[in-house]
Amino acid sequence: MIIATLAFYLFAALTVASAFMVIASKNPVHSVLFLILAFFNSAALFLLLGAEFIAMILVVVYVGAVAVLFLFVVMMLDINFAELRQGFLQYLPIGALIGFILLVELILVVGGWQLSPDALQIGTAPTANMGDLTNTEQIGGLLYTQYVYLFQAAGMILLVSMIGAIVLTHRQRPGVKKQVIADQVYRRPEDSMQVRKVEPGQGV
Amino acid sequence: MMEIGLGHYLTLSAILLTLGIFGIFLNRKNVIVILMSIELILLSVNINLVAFSAFLNDLVGQVFALFILTVAAGEAAIGLAILVVYFRNRGTIAVEDIHHMKG
Repeated sequence: MIIATLAFYLFAALTVASAFMVIASKNPVHSVLFLILAFFNSAALFLLLGAEFIAMILVVVYVGAVAVLFLFVVMMLDINFAELRQGFLQYLPIGALIGFILLVELILVVGGWQLSPDALQIGTAPTANMGDLTNTEQIGGLLYTQYVYLFQAAGMILLVSMIGAIVLTHRQRPGVKKQVIADQVYRRPEDSMQVRKVEPGQGV
Repeated sequence: MMEIGLGHYLTLSAILLTLGIFGIFLNRKNVIVILMSIELILLSVNINLVAFSAFLNDLVGQVFALFILTVAAGEAAIGLAILVVYFRNRGTIAVEDIHHMKG
């Protein structure tokens, strides 16, 4: 029990610290790397909560795809990031004030949250006992039966975002020479060869 | 204090949400960091959902966390694509230069 408690505090502190570094670091590449660290620590927190599937999906999807996408874009765009940071201190007081007020309100509201004993009975999809089914099997059983339409809708959202990203970034560049296989195949000897009668001593 | 309850996870998620909103205020010229702050906010929502799911013994929270993950991935992809196209056309991504629609 004490190990779980210590692990929670370790991962929570690392998550908060790396989330702070995401918004505070000077170099956006460092921001992305701290974002990756925050996602790893949140995945560890999800493991502590017993949500193994979400934890692994978080590592695969966020660290493997989204964070690498961010890293790619940050490194691809040639931007003067120091210029973008001007006014950082100017916005600091108002941002800190709003953030502090929001944090105090949220902690006052949710920090002392107590579950009603009746709340445990109203769940629509109770988790099975440990050892009966793994977390992944339970989520699969729920996702492919009760939430199959939402699952399909999520797939459509991903398809639309993929097509949108391709349409947005794809461009036709004029003047690029490309190999056209069909033209090469249809080329006939008469089009490209000539038989010349060469007179002796005169050349072509 | 030794027993980790729901309140601990909710407090952690509240801190993450606040840091995300604070990041939007702090880096209001840099679109990339604003997008990363939005990812932090969505992560805090996911922590909330999974914590409630674990403490209520109800799997629906984890299913919806998956859907939020899907939407977050799509949002990041589209946002970064718009960013790349904008940079290609204008050569800058500073937020205050983006005022063509006079919004």
